[in-house]
This record gives sequence, C-alpha cells and structure tokens, in this order.
Amino acid sequence: MTTASGTSAHEIAADVRAGRRRARDVVEEHLELVAAREPEIHAFNLVLADEARAAADAVDAKVAAGEDPGPLAGVPIALKDNLCTRGIPTTCSSKILEGWRPPYDATVVQRVAAAGAVTIGKTNLDEFAMGSSTENSAFGATRNPRDPSRVPGGSSGGSAAAVAAGFAPLALGSDTGGSIRQPAALCGTVGVKPTYGSVSRYGLVAFASSLDQIGPFASSVADAALLLDVIAGPDPLDSTSSPEPPRPVSDVLHDGVAGLRVGIIDELVDAEGVEPEVRDAVLRAAATLEAAGATVERVSVPSVIYGLSAYYLIAPAEASSNLARYDGVRYGLRVDGDDVAAMNARTRDAGFGPEVKRRIMLGTYALSAGYFDAYYGKAQRVRTLITRDFARAYEQFDALLSPTSPTVAFPLGAKADNPLAMYLSDICTIPTNLAGHAAASVPFGTGRDGLPIGVQVLVDAVQEPTMFRVAQALEERA
Amino acid sequence: MTEASPALTRADVEHVARLARLALTDDEIERLTVDLAAVLEHAADVASLDLEGVPPTAHPLPLRNVLRSDVVRRSLDRDEVLAAAPASEDGRFRVPRILDAP
Repeated sequence: MTTASGTSAHEIAADVRAGRRRARDVVEEHLELVAAREPEIHAFNLVLADEARAAADAVDAKVAAGEDPGPLAGVPIALKDNLCTRGIPTTCSSKILEGWRPPYDATVVQRVAAAGAVTIGKTNLDEFAMGSSTENSAFGATRNPRDPSRVPGGSSGGSAAAVAAGFAPLALGSDTGGSIRQPAALCGTVGVKPTYGSVSRYGLVAFASSLDQIGPFASSVADAALLLDVIAGPDPLDSTSSPEPPRPVSDVLHDGVAGLRVGIIDELVDAEGVEPEVRDAVLRAAATLEAAGATVERVSVPSVIYGLSAYYLIAPAEASSNLARYDGVRYGLRVDGDDVAAMNARTRDAGFGPEVKRRIMLGTYALSAGYFDAYYGKAQRVRTLITRDFARAYEQFDALLSPTSPTVAFPLGAKADNPLAMYLSDICTIPTNLAGHAAASVPFGTGRDGLPIGVQVLVDAVQEPTMFRVAQALEERA
Repeated sequence: MTEASPALTRADVEHVARLARLALTDDEIERLTVDLAAVLEHAADVASLDLEGVPPTAHPLPLRNVLRSDVVRRSLDRDEVLAAAPASEDGRFRVPRILDAP
C-alpha cells in the first residue's frame, strides 16, 4: 500500500535526506489528507499542524546545512495519546487527564524526533488503552478507514486508522493484550508488539506494567522495521528495559524463510469465535511459507486456552494499582469533596469511563483479602504455564502462526454492551503479552465483505529478526 | 487455598468500590454487579485449576535490583509540575483537610 504522497516512510526519508524533496511538502500533503477525511474517521484527539510544519522546517534546514536529519527524516508520524509529549496535551482519551500537558517527553517520542520524524498528531484510543474497538474513548469513537461503519479495533485504533487512511506512514501504539496487533489486523496495516523490555516504557502512561509494550504501525513490514530499529534499545529511565543491545531487524528482512521451522498453533486457529475466512487465511499463510522453503507443522500450546482468563485478572489487578495515582491531587481533574477521601472518590467517579471503572473494580476485587490466592495468584501461575508451553514449542519451531483477531472488523456498537464478547477479541494476542515475547500482525487476504485479515507471527523473546523475515515473506506473497 | 466466590453480591461491589476510592452511583453498582459476575464466571476455569507446585510469574524479565548510579541529576521543574495540579500553594499540592481541626 502507498501513502498520501505515493511513497513509503523509507522513500520519504531517502528523498528528504538526499534533498530531492522537502519535509515541509511531505507534511502539507499529509495534512491535506487529514483535512479531507479526518472529520469522518476521527483518528486523532489532536492534530498538530503548526508543530508539524515547524518540525518539518527544522528538518529541511538541517538538510540545507548539510547535516543528516536521521533515518526518519521528514516522515510524518502519529502518536497514541497515551505517550507523553512535553507541553502538548496527553489525555489517554480520558476526562480525568483532559487538558494535562506533560512536563516531559516519552523516550520513544524523543527517539523518533531525534531520527527526524515529524509528529503530526496524537491518536485516539480506548480510555487508558482498555478496550478492543476504540469506542471507549471519552472523546468519541474512531472509525475504520476500510469501512467507516465498522470499528478500527483497539485500543490503538486511532494509530491504526491514521496509517490505514494515509494520514501518516508511521504510527506508534501500545500493546498490553493485543492493542497494536488487533487494530492493525482490522485496519489492514502491519502492527508489531516487540519483546517486553526491548522498547522503553518511560513516558508511556501505565496500564499494566508487566504487559505494556510500545510498538510500530506501518503500511509495510519494511517501514515497521525501520521504526522499530529507531525506538528499540536500553533506557536508563526505564528500569524494566532490557540492558541487552537490540538486534536490528531492517538488515535481515530479505533473508527469506528457507529452512525456518514454522508451527501453526492448534488452540488458536481453532479458538472460540474464529471466523472460517480467518482460519483459512492462517492456513494459506502457512502454505505460502512452506512454498517459500519453510517447514510447517501443527503444534499444541495447551495452556493458551487459559490466557484470556488469566489476562483479565492480571491486567485489571495491575491497572487498579497504576490508576490509583488519579486522585485529583497532582494533575488532571478534581471534583471537590469535604475531605480528601471524598474528593478522591468523586474525582474518580466523574473522571473515569465505564470500562476503566469496570477494570479497576475487577482488579481491586482480584487483589482483595480472601480472593487474592483464588484469582490473582492462580492467574500468575497460569502465566508460568503459558511461558513453559511456549518454551517447549520454541524448542521445535522458530516461529508460530495464528490469527491475530478471531474476526474481521465488526460494526460500531456490536459488542459495546457485552464486555466479555469484547474481551474475546484478544484471545489470540494475549498469550504473547503474558509470556513477554514478540509478535506481529501482517495483512493477509480479506474476509467477509472484503475486510482485511491479519495473520499473527509469534516468536520467542528477542527473536524479532526471525519474526520480520517471516512477516516480510508473507507480505511479498499476500 | 481460598476458593473463588460463587456469587458476587451488591455488598461485595460496594465494598470493592470503597477500596478503589470510587463514588459509584446506584446504577453503576447495579451494572457492575452483573458485569463483574460474568467475568469472574469466565475466570472460573483458571480459579478451579490445580496449580500446586507451579510458581507464580509476576514479570516476564528476570531483572533484579536495577539501580542507577548515585549521582545528583536534574529532575522535573517544581513550578512546571505544580502548574499542572488542580490546586497548589506555597510550592506544594493543596488538598482538602485531612485531619480534624483540634
């Protein structure tokens, strides 16, 4: 797929660095597209037109002065609105943070800017990244550019939609249980959830700290690789970032898949609610890889069937703790009360939306005296089982395949009143987060009504190079 | 080991709301009693597993005691941070009274 200017992030950066094209012109072309279609799509909470023009001018000035602006020179990028941007509102699509201007940039925001990228806007999300449709936003739902009567997926639905609509060739999202991969699948873009710890979470507003990871959206595997290589790597400001240097992925894209051992996860291709077209796409993807020289077999990862339950205890438990900080004292909304406890409780009731309250309540319950062992404790042990089962699978296989989402994009409102049905959207993506591994969603064919299908490529921790080789092979034959 | 609770009551939800510092309306409590029961029912598959001897995983990375070097460095600017607060006074966050007047 091509972007607004008919060029990829790779091509834009190459042209801008070589002085063949001005970053300012690139930004203007993308802003025109935003002006034309954003009122319908609502990918953004905030479009940063003036800031983007200024940043583009600075890139052009560097080129004129003979300096290299970096590998993302002049490439417009959309940032999920849970990534802190200094002096620029960061809302998490929540009323409780409306109007808050962070006093610092997230590490990834600094890194993409230092690489020459131009931030074009902050994208909509399910409030605090809790949801699978971007309908749980305090500022209105985002629509899927492929079919605006349908959801873009979530929680990074604004970032996925921004790339799918051509508003920006690149976007950043965050993935706690599938929040990059599922919207990428539903919007027909590439989405990558890197290994836990490989990308700094400093400045990512926390949802579930042991699961959250930032990653790229792009129109192609090569562009996703370009962005991942820029953002990955240790960060002294995130004590959970891995001290190991990252393994570059752009270099290995064309190494092919000959000799790779690929497993199709039985429990996920046959999981509850997987549409036949989605299942077929995964099997066709496997056949494609086999034709390209990989060996393909079925594999059982038995405990993944407990992933959904474990996740919806662990993630809310961590969220209930992380979201305790929204107390009306230091930032965001305050609703007055007679004493501090009343002020806290009234602020939180007024500021949080229904899904966030549901998860805080669920997490608080799972951690409360008398239930801790039965729920949170059990879920943590299931997490160990899932990690062990994956370890066994990765003794035999270099990469695994599954659907990304059990379904193609569903109509707005279809699952809004049934939390459990919505949670099932994440059934295939959650196990990767629980294990801390990497996975990518790659567009592969279409399903009902011509809507895009995403195939998920899963790998062991820090095996991103293998994941990108497989993803590239699929893209070339999709 | 404590077993999962078979039925979630309205009183449970009110108790948890107090723990979570959420001043929920009656309608919200009603709705959450239904919603949470549905999720917990789904989670019964995990709650009923025999996982004796399986250690818990709290975090995917085996990192321990990550320390930075003990040197003074610049932190966030106080005035800038306080400017984002709903209320501040004399360089501090201002909140309603915590203790009863003497």
